Amino acid sequence: MDLMKIFIVSMLINNIILMRFIALCSYIGMTNDVGQSIGMGIAVTFVTVLATAATWPLYHFILAPLRLEFLEIIIFILVVASLVQLVEFYLKKNVPGLYAAMGIYLPLITTNCAISAVVFENISLNYNFIQSIVYAIGVSLGYLLAMVLLAGVRERMETSPVPKFLRGTPILFISTSLIGIAFMGFAGLIK
Amino acid sequence: MKKLWKIFNGGLVFENPLLVLMIGLCSSMAVTSTVSNGIGMGLSMTFVLLFSEIFVSAFRKIIPSSVRMPVFLIIIGGFTTIVDLVLKAYFPALSKSMGVFIPLIVVNCIIMGRVEAFSYKQSVLASIFDSFGMGLGYTWVLVGMSAFREVLGNGTFLGIQVMPQSYQPILFFILPPGGFLIFGLFIAFNIWNKNRLTRKAEAKENA
Repeated sequence: MDLMKIFIVSMLINNIILMRFIALCSYIGMTNDVGQSIGMGIAVTFVTVLATAATWPLYHFILAPLRLEFLEIIIFILVVASLVQLVEFYLKKNVPGLYAAMGIYLPLITTNCAISAVVFENISLNYNFIQSIVYAIGVSLGYLLAMVLLAGVRERMETSPVPKFLRGTPILFISTSLIGIAFMGFAGLIK
Repeated sequence: MKKLWKIFNGGLVFENPLLVLMIGLCSSMAVTSTVSNGIGMGLSMTFVLLFSEIFVSAFRKIIPSSVRMPVFLIIIGGFTTIVDLVLKAYFPALSKSMGVFIPLIVVNCIIMGRVEAFSYKQSVLASIFDSFGMGLGYTWVLVGMSAFREVLGNGTFLGIQVMPQSYQPILFFILPPGGFLIFGLFIAFNIWNKNRLTRKAEAKENA
């Protein structure tokens, strides 16, 4: 039950983009069409879960016993960056199909704030390993959902008569605001 | 002098970091729910930007380009730490309400972007003007956004009640979706203003 709660809160109620303003750059940059946004969302989900699985043991079994917690930021950033590289090499060699679908998004992910936010929060929220994984899945699915929603809206908007002064980026933020209002409705899901 | 003025002016309107370049967005929407946070964040950012640009530009001939990123990060990190400690010592309440966003100035794309794209190639004087332009460009947007959000969403300005007592605050503006809405309208305003200035300049040239 507790895990379910973490999942729903991280995915819908505290949606990382719509409610917490994290990872806005890729949200604006990568939502030109639905296919692209799904690709980016899946790649982020994959790397976030892997990064959590790598950084949680690293912190609790190596950094904490050695009292090196202050190195957290530097070490985690290094881990995420090298993990992305490794995943890229592995996919290129062994799963070319998936690489073709996901490959171009991988380098962009190194600097995605969503992933960094998740790995740091798992530590500061004091989650155990299972909870951390569930949290990582929840946050990144929330990211995927918000990306796909905006990409859908953008595709429709290309053929709609948007007022001249709102064309381009202004209407994107206003649509985001409306999607955000809809998401606020989820707040009642959990008491 | 005219060139320097153009650099300064660019940051305010034509290349405004938030409204045109679209960098450093996360912190801008998260801190603007009150005016004091907006001012605090804007000034801290301007300070770090100013000194980072001066230092990078002064040492640009010595910093090897292969290790420039870590060097930039160390310079920026040093000034961010100064701001963090000063705020903690003299403005504890402000520092608390801005929370994690002060340390996050280190990874704010505006600073990294300007240092990399501008001061690494330009003279110290040009860098100073650029950092003031960019910093004030960032600050005016933050202050403007937070003024709208605080007055409409809470009925106060800098914590002082400005709306009549009977005014029912529109909570929406303090909540995240309100931030997105106001930001969208600010971009629209900037586009309009930019077009107006461009037209004016063209008319002047033709005349």
